[in-house]
Amino acid sequence: MSGVVGKNAETLLYLDGVSVSFDGFKALNSLSLVLVPGEMRAVIGPNGAGKTTMMDVITGKTRPDEGRVVFGRDTDLTRLDEPAIATLGIGRKFQKPTVFEPHTVWDNLLLALSGDRRPRFTLWARESSEEQDRIEAILKTIRLGDARKRRASELSHGQKQWLEIGMLLAQEPQLLLVDEPVAGMTDSETAQTADLLREINRTRSVVVVEHDMAFVRALAVKVTVLHEGSVLSEGSIDHVSEDPRVVEVYLGR
Amino acid sequence: MSRTSTAICLGVVLGGAALMAALNLMTPADSAVHVPTYVVSLFGKYLCFAILALALDLVWGFAGILSLGHAAFFALGGYAMGMYLMREIGTRGVYGNPNLPDFMVFLNWKELPWYWYGFGNPAFAMLMAMVVPGVLALVFGWLAFRSRVSGVYLSIITQALTYALLLAFFRNDMGFGGNNGMTDFKDMFGLPLQSDATRSGLLVATAMFLAAALLLSRGVVTSRFGKVLIAVRDAESRTRFLAYRPENYKLFVFVLSAVMAGIGGALYVPQVGIINPSEFSPANSIEAVIWVAVGGRGTLVGPIIGAVMVNLGKTYLTGALPEVWLFALGFLFILVTLLLPKGIVGLFARRRAKREMSPTPGIVLPAEPAE
Repeated sequence: MSGVVGKNAETLLYLDGVSVSFDGFKALNSLSLVLVPGEMRAVIGPNGAGKTTMMDVITGKTRPDEGRVVFGRDTDLTRLDEPAIATLGIGRKFQKPTVFEPHTVWDNLLLALSGDRRPRFTLWARESSEEQDRIEAILKTIRLGDARKRRASELSHGQKQWLEIGMLLAQEPQLLLVDEPVAGMTDSETAQTADLLREINRTRSVVVVEHDMAFVRALAVKVTVLHEGSVLSEGSIDHVSEDPRVVEVYLGR
Repeated sequence: MSRTSTAICLGVVLGGAALMAALNLMTPADSAVHVPTYVVSLFGKYLCFAILALALDLVWGFAGILSLGHAAFFALGGYAMGMYLMREIGTRGVYGNPNLPDFMVFLNWKELPWYWYGFGNPAFAMLMAMVVPGVLALVFGWLAFRSRVSGVYLSIITQALTYALLLAFFRNDMGFGGNNGMTDFKDMFGLPLQSDATRSGLLVATAMFLAAALLLSRGVVTSRFGKVLIAVRDAESRTRFLAYRPENYKLFVFVLSAVMAGIGGALYVPQVGIINPSEFSPANSIEAVIWVAVGGRGTLVGPIIGAVMVNLGKTYLTGALPEVWLFALGFLFILVTLLLPKGIVGLFARRRAKREMSPTPGIVLPAEPAE
């Protein structure tokens, strides 16, 4: 179990005894987790360990039956819905790349840029030069500058993943939740994605859920192992991969 | 679709209506180019249907809301106009009662129900033709979108909505003429409804409203709002995690669409001369969906073409081979769904894309024919 740190200014995200069950199945079982600002954390675990449910709880898609999720100083996320949580500065990347297929790469980023989301604003909104500069900067980071006018539907799988990460950056979140970013990527795309996440981590906190152990090793960050809805082990990748309980659930099957 | 196709559509609608009105009014009845008045009103009716189709495309094509009850908004606009036209009859009714429409006298009513107050004033009635459908859409949409009702479930409750209204308007106690509805209108804004000039004027006015609705819709869907709307259509949960509130976007466009449909209905009633509860029948709403599918969902111009063409076919077939019409309509829908998922306009767009091998700017076609 992670040592429970009392909430203080040095905590960005604090999951406190969160439980979720679906029809009697405990997807999360009194899960506690602490993330400090600027941290990058890898979350691993076998299928059904509760990784995606944890993301759902943090982003407001699922309400927990018990427990609290505190963001920053004292914002309880369990009382808020998805748009409110996104506005607070938590971005989420889905496992399957989810971009707006009929729109161009440029428009995808434009829609994701932080700003007024109300219809009364978007009805009259014109692209400002400040917005254009921000999009240009993101295009550079995600290496899609040449594809700016292409429809998202025409991009390769890896490019869609990057576009989605770019959209999250455009949101300017404090915390980025990334679900299996390298699933289905080639080796070179995987390496570039690791670079990209490290670059993002310079200014933002990141939680990466991943199956690919080589990728987790390449990230070289603190690892949390989930099993049956709670934390099984936590520490460096070398530490957790020597933990006999982890070996049992991971390699024992 | 592109700027060009919008411009062509505007030109054809406005030019066609003006030409038809001119040929009706300025040529003698025995001339080869004379357009009879019944044809003028027939096309006026088609253009009203085109407004309904355009309104439906705005919600179905761009927000993914498949409304199977849109004719309800059209009919409500029609009833608002019908109430005004009834008040305009005044003492010229069969019973000559200055205060009550004929059907109320027939039912032995002594005074005008409160909800008929003000409908003698044309401006008030026109306002109500927009406000009543708009408010219904606002309440219905607020409840539905907030509870995240979508897809087939939403389609079913829109169908239930129009069916409930059909049953309600059938009742005599409702005070809207029951089964028979309202008819025998005499004049509108002081102009006799039977005169050629009024009929031609109504056609031109309908064309102008359709043109305005098309320009407004195009403005909405090409704005950043429209881009968000398409994003909501294709990946609603993604927009939520990007901090948008899809329900607000859907609600705005649903209300706008209902108001448009209401205007279409208000223009329809003086040109066909009657409004009755059958306008609420679920089949009418489904026919409107077919117009949109045939013309091309999510293209704005397509539904206008679809509405006019399908109704031309309907006029011809119900006259020549009445028993064939419903089969033809069903067959057409299946054919379009299977072979032309993007409708008639999609066919042209595909040809042009082949020729130019470049993505068409402007509005984007939806990836799937139906949600």
